[in-house]
Amino acid sequence: MLFVLLRLLPGDPANALLGVGATEAQIAAARTQVGSDQPLLTQFVSFVGNLARFDLGTSFVSKASVLGEIGNRLSVTVPLTILGFLLAIVIALPLGIIAAVKADRWYGAAISIVSQLGIAIPVFWLGILIVTIFAINLRLFPSGGFPLKGWTSFGEAAIALALPVLTVALVIAASLLRYVRSATQDVIGSDYIRTARALGSGFTEALVRHGVRNGAVPVISILGIELATTFLGAVVVEKVFALPGLGSMLLLAIQQRDYPNVQGVLFISTLLVLLIGFAADLLQRFIDPRLRGRAGAP
Amino acid sequence: MSAVAATAPRARGSLTLWLGLLLVGLHIAVALLTLVWLPYDPAALTGGRLTPPSWEHWAGTDRLGRDFFTQIMIGSRIALIVGISAVAIGGLIGVTLGVLAAFATRLLDDALAATLDILIAFPTLLIAMLVVAASDTASLGTAVLALGIALSAIVARLTRILAKRVLLMDYITAARTSGTSWLGIVFQHVLPNIWPTLSVNFALQFGLAVIAEASLSYLGLGAPPPNASWGRLLQEAQGTVYTAPIGAIAPGIALVSLVIGVNLLADGLRDIGDPTRRGSR
Repeated sequence: MLFVLLRLLPGDPANALLGVGATEAQIAAARTQVGSDQPLLTQFVSFVGNLARFDLGTSFVSKASVLGEIGNRLSVTVPLTILGFLLAIVIALPLGIIAAVKADRWYGAAISIVSQLGIAIPVFWLGILIVTIFAINLRLFPSGGFPLKGWTSFGEAAIALALPVLTVALVIAASLLRYVRSATQDVIGSDYIRTARALGSGFTEALVRHGVRNGAVPVISILGIELATTFLGAVVVEKVFALPGLGSMLLLAIQQRDYPNVQGVLFISTLLVLLIGFAADLLQRFIDPRLRGRAGAP
Repeated sequence: MSAVAATAPRARGSLTLWLGLLLVGLHIAVALLTLVWLPYDPAALTGGRLTPPSWEHWAGTDRLGRDFFTQIMIGSRIALIVGISAVAIGGLIGVTLGVLAAFATRLLDDALAATLDILIAFPTLLIAMLVVAASDTASLGTAVLALGIALSAIVARLTRILAKRVLLMDYITAARTSGTSWLGIVFQHVLPNIWPTLSVNFALQFGLAVIAEASLSYLGLGAPPPNASWGRLLQEAQGTVYTAPIGAIAPGIALVSLVIGVNLLADGLRDIGDPTRRGSR
């Protein structure tokens, strides 16, 4: 599927390699070099064969190994995603539960309104606002960029990631909060909580002992989707903060029609998305024994 | 107590609806206005560069001295066009695929469902990026088409689930027994029944499409310069945020107000359409 989509891209990659004024002979030479003069079937066979050996080829443009480049880029995108994600959970869990339990108080309602606002804000605008406040007005953090040496200059790298992580976290937290809130609402309205309370446990005790496990199941499946989305959607945040991550690699590769790089990024992303989905599924079964017997639980 | 509990959510529901209508109506009004009147020629250099907001220029001027408020107004029109066309395309493809999957044989249905699940795991923006990349030149049309295709997967999955639920009903069996063709069943029974849920979902998709288009433009993959997309305005303003912060704020407010308006509208409509949600606590 990936292969078909990429071959649909018009414009021969050989043309992207050369300038406008290239001669026929130069174009033919470039085509041989990138292999786009081979029949499609031959291209496809070598594509699948290489994927199976985890050989993602070399970039048309920079001649660097695609897998090596992806590795470098992941060292930015993975910490960004994971840290932002963890911070989002720390923000969203308590606030979501409060919003559901105290919906009739002003602060419960206020949390709901803010999260409504949060899901309507595009990531890049939030990023720009955060840059304006923290980097330009308060001058606390750099407005973008990443140290050239990467994680070897750890302090600089950590500071460079602070604002991007905050941006990612706030975006995920806003949508996560809504799911936590509705899951908590379902739990509060459920029969087992009423039973537990009728048997004499306090409201909080009932919520903690019975509610958390039950409420966690739908939230975890959302968490899985959100993690995958964040990982792939990091392209925008990376652009705002000029970070050399996987997303900006994809953007550049698309602009340069650098097929091996586009292919490589998509392949690795697909793999990660499937892996995350699988992990979320396992975690759900671990928490809720009822899901274990069913094969394709909805 | 019980009287309050019964009326309060309904009152809030209608407030949501009215606020949503107000915000969306405002954007529609501005968009229509731009067709007949603009404060300034959007391309004319009407003042100093990067001037702060004033009576002459409500949102200041951009780095070339063009009126910023005029461009934001045009942005309203572009956002509405993009949102509506993307949802129309996504809806047409998605509903068709979803209904076909619901009627298809087990094997075909499973294959379609699995494909949709994988597609949905990828963010709308990423799919749209690839579609834009696959077309030679960036234009408003490609961006809309890309977003429509990206949204169609979400619509198709929802339609499939809803349609399958309807197909289990007794009245479908009755219609089949009395010889109604499958197309007849689709148009007489399935579509009218799933429409209320679908239309609320379309409103949410509209918001997604507007945000995704702005993101595409921000990344430089959207409509080219003469179209004042909010995303492109923000991208240009980011470079001059030190001297003219208003440019990085105003288009964002316009965008968020439209998306919130549509989301509120969707919430309000859902509350009217689905009585079980009224007393959600």
